[in-house]
Amino acid sequence: MVAADPRTPEGRQRDPTGPTAVACTHCGLPVPAGRVKPGTTPAFCCHGCETVYQILHSEGFAAYYDLRDSLPEPATETASSSYAEYDDPAFLERHGQPQPEGRLACDLYLEGVHCAACLWVVEKALIREPGVAEARLNFARSRLRLVFDPTVASLARLARRLASLGYPSHPARENAESAYRSESRRLLVRMGVAGAVAGNVMLLAFALYGGWLSGMDPVHRQFFRWTSLVVTLPAVSYSAWPFYRSAFNGLRSGVLHMDLPISIGILAGFFSGTWHTITGVGDIYFDSVCALIFLLLVGRRLQLHQQRRASESSELLFALTPSSARRLDGDGAAERVPLEALRPGDRLEVHPGERIPTDGVVEAGRSSVDQSLLSGESVPVSIREGDEVWGGTTNLVDRLVVRATQTVEASRVGHIAAMVSEASGTKAPVVQLADRVAGWFVAAVLVLAGMTYAVWSWLDPAHAVDHTVALLVVSCPCALGLATPLAMTAAIGKAAREGILARSGAALEHLGRLKGARLFLDKTGTLTYGRMRVVAFEGDRGVLPAVFAAETGTSHPVGRALLDHAREQSPERWVRTEFESIEGGIRAVVHPADGAAPEAEGTSIVLGAPRAVLQHALAPSDLDEEVRRWTREAWTPVWLAIGGRVRARFAVADQVRPEARSALRRLAARGLKPFILSGDHPEVVRAIGRQLGLPAEHCTGGLSPEDKWERVRAHRGRVIMVGDGVNDAAAIAAADVGIAVHGGAETCFAAADVFLSKPGIGSLETLLLGSRRTVRTIRTNIGFSLAYNLVGATLAMAGLLNPLVAAVMMPASSLVVVTNSFRFRFQKNEARTRSRRVERPGVPYPI
Amino acid sequence: MSVLFVVVPLALFIAFASVMAFVWSVQSGQLDDLDSPAIRMLHDEAPQARTDREASSEEQAA
Repeated sequence: MVAADPRTPEGRQRDPTGPTAVACTHCGLPVPAGRVKPGTTPAFCCHGCETVYQILHSEGFAAYYDLRDSLPEPATETASSSYAEYDDPAFLERHGQPQPEGRLACDLYLEGVHCAACLWVVEKALIREPGVAEARLNFARSRLRLVFDPTVASLARLARRLASLGYPSHPARENAESAYRSESRRLLVRMGVAGAVAGNVMLLAFALYGGWLSGMDPVHRQFFRWTSLVVTLPAVSYSAWPFYRSAFNGLRSGVLHMDLPISIGILAGFFSGTWHTITGVGDIYFDSVCALIFLLLVGRRLQLHQQRRASESSELLFALTPSSARRLDGDGAAERVPLEALRPGDRLEVHPGERIPTDGVVEAGRSSVDQSLLSGESVPVSIREGDEVWGGTTNLVDRLVVRATQTVEASRVGHIAAMVSEASGTKAPVVQLADRVAGWFVAAVLVLAGMTYAVWSWLDPAHAVDHTVALLVVSCPCALGLATPLAMTAAIGKAAREGILARSGAALEHLGRLKGARLFLDKTGTLTYGRMRVVAFEGDRGVLPAVFAAETGTSHPVGRALLDHAREQSPERWVRTEFESIEGGIRAVVHPADGAAPEAEGTSIVLGAPRAVLQHALAPSDLDEEVRRWTREAWTPVWLAIGGRVRARFAVADQVRPEARSALRRLAARGLKPFILSGDHPEVVRAIGRQLGLPAEHCTGGLSPEDKWERVRAHRGRVIMVGDGVNDAAAIAAADVGIAVHGGAETCFAAADVFLSKPGIGSLETLLLGSRRTVRTIRTNIGFSLAYNLVGATLAMAGLLNPLVAAVMMPASSLVVVTNSFRFRFQKNEARTRSRRVERPGVPYPI
Repeated sequence: MSVLFVVVPLALFIAFASVMAFVWSVQSGQLDDLDSPAIRMLHDEAPQARTDREASSEEQAA
């Protein structure tokens, strides 16, 4: 459902006569007095809400209002960027590719592309803009290709349009893209050629098999054999080229590569077939050679895709900082410079809503800064002259002048980006079982082939080549080569159906092998909801409407918690006429207004931290016990004073998700050791740990992103990291298996191996069990193919195997492996039926 | 059975032609993105404005 969000400033044109006690039918916010029509039940705070309501009604979706169990989420104040740098000539030169007729093509990466409707909205909205020639969104990869006329259209305006629809964009780097595209196309052509050849040669082979049983005119037989030879040529020479190349490269560097026996098998099969064709004696194996080439190329293509996805997502790290900064020169004039040009000592201007380009010290201005990027906590921090600010954090309230103390690379966020890419790059390569076996396998087959040929040329020279070829064909590692990637591909597909998106099968395999590993969990957003809520309330419920009025329109997390609580607990709506922000709280004058007596004298209230409230009011003396209890639980107390007396007390806290405790217990029962790593206050972390049943020494708070990374690295080899924020990204990348949970930052997804698209850690157990089952499937696959090769090779060496039979056996063994891989289920049966009823979650990022 | 000498090359020629068509489609980028077109085809186009000729022929019919 896409509509102009009524709560954005553009969508809302409030009547200036002040709010009333009537709640908007659509969003629940107070309706301005001028918009209340007497006697009508649906009332709307703004035109936007009314439009949405009417659309829903006219489309027959009115049931929405009956079905919904919560009001729409208040629009979160996202860092609304102006995208001004997108119109910079330097930016366009770097990211745009010139097109005919003076147009520019530009690739953007979009956040938030989920479904078919996204594709529709993005393309339709952009193509309507003047100067846009083409807008194509690659759905699976969330990449938008825009072709536009820079003299007519402004890229910044297009980006703002996208952002207003809910798709923030980042420039996509182009350099690796074209290389990947041509590589992918080349491989696809090789695969297509091999497939066509394999199909046709197989048809010809059927005729020959038929002739073998029922007799065949030698002229026709030779004709079919020669035709097969000619048709096979492109597959053997062109399609199989990558195998020869990597086998040769492997030989040169002294490594027995998987591609070596493949190459030998292909070439031996082809040349002996050719020889038999020319001489007219003996069998040909062109069909199995071609099928082998085709199947192996299919596997290669899957592999290439996976690698691409992994590398592509790391690009998101560059979206952390803006791509240009405004530098102030001596007389205060701002000049736009690329980030790379920033030097320590530069004075930078940062407008509200913008990200701070690099680390520095505030020279002028007071504001709030959202540092969730580094701390993981969503409470904004107040900033004044002389305070340090970090690059990548968002300036929320007012203009700041910042003196840079670091270049962008040396800033904290630069360090984190470096850590993430270093950690992903040096991640201990998952040594796959197949790769470990392959070296020995190759050597064994080659030695055996040599022995077979030597022995048989002494026993029976006429059949020596036949038996050797039969050995090479039957011990073709086709099934062995397929065993691991097929099981992984199947597992990835099944996991996706459970809402678990794995970037690579290797991550699943690795997770399945980790026994007794440490499970490091982030707190905020992973174990908790990541959102403040009122968890305890003492006092008279009659004060709630006053709280509602006082906190209306707040963006502070604690204020929002109070607002939600008041809205849920009390239907009455008051309005406020005066509002003042004080140190640690707010002061407001509120009215029990039903529109009747707006002139009546209001009630003056003070709401905030006890320390702040006590400066304006007296506290009752019996609070000690309760305050102690709340402190023990690490809840944030908020007091409400009316007329100089404390009248109500709220405890606000970020609550633990209900399933977290049992999920952790089950994971512990499966042999994992859970730990909490959090950037929050250690006291809070320990309290959460207690609720989850974790010992205090397993709960560490006050950790910076660097500390988390350090801890994960210290236990490298047996670490799983689960998190959701940018501050977890480095740790997630460094862990053996990094898992990102629903609702987190895109950078965190980029660093993770696995993404859970259901909120919370409830599906971790499914993931763990599924991974272990994947490992079992891989083992049975490899066991079977090794057994098949062993038996086949023994028969061939004994001279009991006709090369033709060997050629039939080979695809049969692959078929068994395929069946076994797709047979297994990611989840057990009873759990499946339960999860089917759960609505399939959208795919929140391209994977 | 000598018809085989004609039919088999003919069949192979057709196969060759389809491989060429495949190569062309790959090179022209049609297979770069396999997910989006499947979704895109489900989007309804806005009704096209009638061309003048259609409009006039309908008027004549009326």
